[in-house]
Order: sequence, then C-alpha cells, then structure tokens
Amino acid sequence: MSADLVIDARDLEKSYGSGSSRFDALKGVSLQIAAGETVAIVGKSGSGKSTLMHLLALLDEPDEGTVQVAGKEAKALSRREINELRNKEFGFVFQQFFLTPNVSVLDNVILPLKIAGIRNKQRRVRGMEVLNQLELADKADKKATTLSGGQKQRVVIGRALVNNPRVIFADEPTGNLDTATGAVVEDILFALNREQGITLVIVTHDEDLAARCDRQIYIRDGLIVPGGAIHSTDHTTDHVGSHTGAHNPTHAAAHTGAHSGTHNPSHAGAPTGAHAIIPASTTSVGDAS
Amino acid sequence: MRTQDLVATAISNTFRSKLRTTLTVLAIFVGAFTLTLTNAVGAGVSQYVDAQVGALGSPDVFIVAQASQAASADDGPVEYDPNGSAMVSSNQGPPGTTTQALTDADLETIGDTAGIESVDPVRSVQPDYIENSGSTQFEFSINATSAVTTADLTAGAQLDGGSTEPQLVLPDTFVSPLGFASAEDAVGASVTIGITDILGEKHTVDATVVGVSLESLLAAGAGANDALIAELADAQSGGIDTAVTSYGVAIAHFDDTLSAEQITALKADLATDGYTASTIEDQLGAVQTVITGIVGVLNAFAVIALIAAAFGIINTLLMSVQERTREIGLMKAMGMSGGKVYTLFSLEAIVIGFLGSAIGAGVAIGLGSILSNVLADGLLSGLPGLNILLFEPTSVAFVILLVMLIAFLSGTLPAQRAAKQNPIESLRYE
Repeated sequence: MSADLVIDARDLEKSYGSGSSRFDALKGVSLQIAAGETVAIVGKSGSGKSTLMHLLALLDEPDEGTVQVAGKEAKALSRREINELRNKEFGFVFQQFFLTPNVSVLDNVILPLKIAGIRNKQRRVRGMEVLNQLELADKADKKATTLSGGQKQRVVIGRALVNNPRVIFADEPTGNLDTATGAVVEDILFALNREQGITLVIVTHDEDLAARCDRQIYIRDGLIVPGGAIHSTDHTTDHVGSHTGAHNPTHAAAHTGAHSGTHNPSHAGAPTGAHAIIPASTTSVGDAS
Repeated sequence: MRTQDLVATAISNTFRSKLRTTLTVLAIFVGAFTLTLTNAVGAGVSQYVDAQVGALGSPDVFIVAQASQAASADDGPVEYDPNGSAMVSSNQGPPGTTTQALTDADLETIGDTAGIESVDPVRSVQPDYIENSGSTQFEFSINATSAVTTADLTAGAQLDGGSTEPQLVLPDTFVSPLGFASAEDAVGASVTIGITDILGEKHTVDATVVGVSLESLLAAGAGANDALIAELADAQSGGIDTAVTSYGVAIAHFDDTLSAEQITALKADLATDGYTASTIEDQLGAVQTVITGIVGVLNAFAVIALIAAAFGIINTLLMSVQERTREIGLMKAMGMSGGKVYTLFSLEAIVIGFLGSAIGAGVAIGLGSILSNVLADGLLSGLPGLNILLFEPTSVAFVILLVMLIAFLSGTLPAQRAAKQNPIESLRYE
C-alpha cells in the first residue's frame, strides 16, 4: 500500500454480546482511506457504520483484523500512544454537539488543546484563529448554550479543527440541523478538505451529503455493499432486481414495521424524514458511481 | 492535561451545579465547624490546665511528705521520738488530718536517694498584711511552694531563686487596691509585708515586686523567692531557734531527663523509705484525663458528622458522573486518559472538601472568638486566663487536611466509575 494512506483497515470484525444475544456488527470489512480524500460511510441504523467509524478512529478495538493509522499499526501502540494519536491526528464532529454548558465558546473549542497539555496562552491564540476562520470570533466569550444550532455545530467543527488534525470524523454532522444550516456546515467541512487537505470520514444516511464525497462506502449488515447496490439503503426493492439473496430477507423484515405491513413502493408514503430525502438523490449518486 | 489545568477545570466544574455543590459543602461545613470548635475547646482548656500546672510547680519536682502512719489497733501506742514525732497539718485526707513532720534527717535521707538532685523544705510563712507606702493594709498570703513554680504572668518577670534580694510576684487582684495604675506600674515597686512572730511581736519586711500574676485556680497567694521566705521565716520565729526543725512537706528536684518508668521507680524507692512523693502531673493527671476524654467524645461526634458528609460527597459526584457521561466520553475520545479523568473527579471531591472545611473552620474561628470573649467576661470571669476556645493554626490546618482526605476517599468510587467509562458507550445517542 502506498505511504499516503491515512487509514488502512483490513478484515475488521466486531461483535457485541455473546450466546443468543450475540450481535455481529461487522463481519469482515476492509477499507483504505488516502490523505486528502473525502469518504462517506453510508448505511441505516444498525448497519454497522458507526461501529466501523469507531474502529477507524481507534475508539474501539476490532475482534479480528487490523487498523493502521499513518502507517502505524494500532495494535502495537500503547493506550497512551493511542490517546495521543487521537488527540493530535483526529478531530470529531458528532450529531449531538456535546458542548460543555456554562463554559465559553472559546473554552469549548480549545478543549483538545487543553487535553494535549498546551499552555493557556497558546491555546487561546489558536482557539481565536479557529473561531475567526469559522466567523465565530464575536461569540468567543459567550456561553455555548446561548448559540443557535448552526452556530453550535460550527463550534463543534472548530473544536475538531483546533488541533490541526489529519482526519476529521463526522458522525451525522447535519443530522440535528435544518436543511439550510446543514448545507452551511457541509460547506465548511468540504472547504476544510479543499483548503487544508484534511481527510474527511463522514458517517451519514443522508444521500445528498454522501454524494458530495469523493467516495461512498455502503454498509449493510456488517458488510460493505458494492457501489452499484446503493439502492439497498432505500426501501424501494422494486427498483433493484440485482440484489443478492442474502441481503433481501433482512431488508424486507426491517421495513415491514415501518410500512404497516403494506409494501408500498411510493416514496410519498415513507413515514420518516430519512427515507423521504433519499429518492431525489438516488439517481445522482448512481450516476456519480 | 497539565496539573494546573486539571485543578482549574475541577474548580470550575464544582461550581457548575451550584445548588448541589452548596448542599454538599454545607454538610461538610457542619462537620468541619464542629471539629474546629471541639479542638479549640480542647486546646483552650489544656492550655489553661498547663498554665495551672506551671503555677503549681515545675515538671521535675516531687512534693515529698512522710507517709501517713495510721496507727492500727494491733500495734498499740507508738513510742515517742523527740527527733521525729512532731505533727503538722496535712493537705491529704479530711480537714484536720495531720501527718508526721519531716526533720532535717529526713531531708538528708531523701537527698541521698539516687536520682534526687536536691531537696528543699517548704517553709510556710503566715504574713498578716501587705501595704504600699502608706496605703490601706490588705490581708495577704504567700504560696509556700512558689519558689519552684512558674507563675502565669501578666507583667514583669518570674522570681529569681538565686537572688539575695527579697522578691515578690503579686496577684493581679492586688494591683489597684495597692494604688498601682497598672500591672506594669507595680513591677519594680517596693512593698511592705507585715508579720507577727511567735511571741506576738509585729515585724515588717520590705520586698520588691518583680512580676504580676493571674490568680491561679490551684495555687493561691503571692509568690516569694527563697530570700524573701527566709527573711519572713526569720521574722516569724522571733529569733528563737526551735529545738526540732520540722517541715510539712519538702520539694525534691529530680533529673528531668528521667523517663516515666524511672520516675515511678524513684517514687517506689522513696516509698520504701517511708515517704510519699507525687509529681504535679500526679495531682492533675485525673483532671487532664477527664478533659481529654470529654474532648475525645466531642471530636467523635464531629467525625460522625463528617462521615455523613462523606456520603453526601459520594452521592454528589456519582450524580455528576452520571450527568456528565457524554462529556467524559468526549474527553476520552479526544485522547484524555482514564488516569486524568480519575484525577479530575478526585480533585473535584477535594475542592468540595476544601470549600466545606475552609468555610467551616473560618466561621468557627469567627464565631468562636466572639463567643470566647463573651464567656471570658461573663460566665467564665471567675477563671482568669481561661480562653475556652483556643484556635491553634496547626490544629485548624489539620482539620482542613483531614476533611480534604475524607473528601478524596469519598471521591474514589465516583472517580473510578468516570475513569472506566467507555467513550463509545458514553457517546451513543441512538
């Protein structure tokens, strides 16, 4: 593999629980992410996409398989080195903001630097730099709780950005935002990729967002689904006849409840917002891939 | 994370849930307040007792007397001995009890006992009055053992045993009746002591006031040095040398490096010779034991309050860990080690402990000082020199440190729980 791979994961397997309650979240996933790439990990709830991100971000250890970050084998690193690696190389953006209430915006942004043990003065300088970049400098001394949703997510991006990471992991970064604010946040993330070469790994079930990425990885039932099978993330089984038999039963079962037993191919009847978004994007993503 | 950042973060986290922190701090406050006060009572009373012991005598002296020889029915009458049969009144037993007097031969025996460095008879003198150049004459007594005691002085200096000049330490109650403006004013003045000899003739002796002392609970009367006592005794005897010199008690100095066991052995040696020897500690030991016991019980109550408060700390921090699950998860995801998370929560516990104990001790000192002054002027005015509440910096610091230690131990369980938290579990939101 080439040296510019930021993350190189091979044959990842991960299961939770044991015996009858055993749940295989990942059943053998390999994934290479090059520096400067934007990758979307797409899948439904329970597909294993979050587990995959946790393993890639070294928040969890795989049962089987290996993860290399910047050429370093994660298994060979001590816990301290892994903590340091996460602190220095990774930034995190979650669907929920996880901002510390009653603490100023600036203090929230510089939390990773504080954990890294950087001096107060340098921390504040760097924090202000980031806030300027995100046009939040005037909010620096405000409490995080006083901000709007979009502003909060920008603070979260600032926090992910403050340590000059190589990779930003974003787990449903726009899931909590309205369309307009979500678009702004997306623009910021992709601008960071363009201008600073930061690798983006975005976990989402939003096809629009996924489509903006260089590459989409579709996860279903703990396995990567080949690119052409993108429709499998939708409930429109009628559209796709090329599914392997292995995927279909689970898929159908998952949707029985949602559709009150009647398998309605019409998108207008989709009960959740997540489903409603997808049809418009299916064609464009299909074209792109 | 740097240590100073950890401390600063812990302090600011403590104030995030103000009501909860305040209530926990209040619980600790009660314990620390009580403990500070009970310690202060202990210290105040001990200091007073120490001062009283000093007024009674030095730690390296025995008060020696003849062992009482209660005649038993079997022995029959005791034969008269012209050298040793004088009786003097004894302060042991019911009033009117007498004991055999010590003679010069006895003093020699005592002085020759191994371990005794010197022995001096206590010569009691009974002066009639004291006056200050033409002032009213006041009834007056001298504490016979004052030559070996340490007075609780308000002005001037202690008696000089070696001086040939007659010296007096005046009780402070005599200061203004004798016409002195203040205790300082009395120091250095010359006063006249009147005494009647055994033949009924009146004499006067002049003495210099070297110090003014607080009235002692246990040793009444003025202090006089050897020179003054000798002069008064001579005046009292009227120039007649009595055939048998006899003394009620003698003061024996022993080597002050002796251990407690050696002192006990020395007492036993003197007992076999027929003398009872007791130290000042023996005489006050019971009092101090009672005081120590009472203070101990009070302290135990305070510690019980602190233990109750410790559960409050555990509860507060457990709730805090629960509430901040995601924050902890986030910090761990960002590379904060479990050890640092543990330290952070332990520090929060210590901060709560410090707040409670510092405020508790501070308020105790403030209120206690006022109370102590009010009591000293009112209820306890009969015990001059008694500061019922004495706040010693070391014991206050000890209380604060103790509470912080209890707080740290209470924080162990919640901190461990926080440190063990799995970042993924903590950040799960679906």
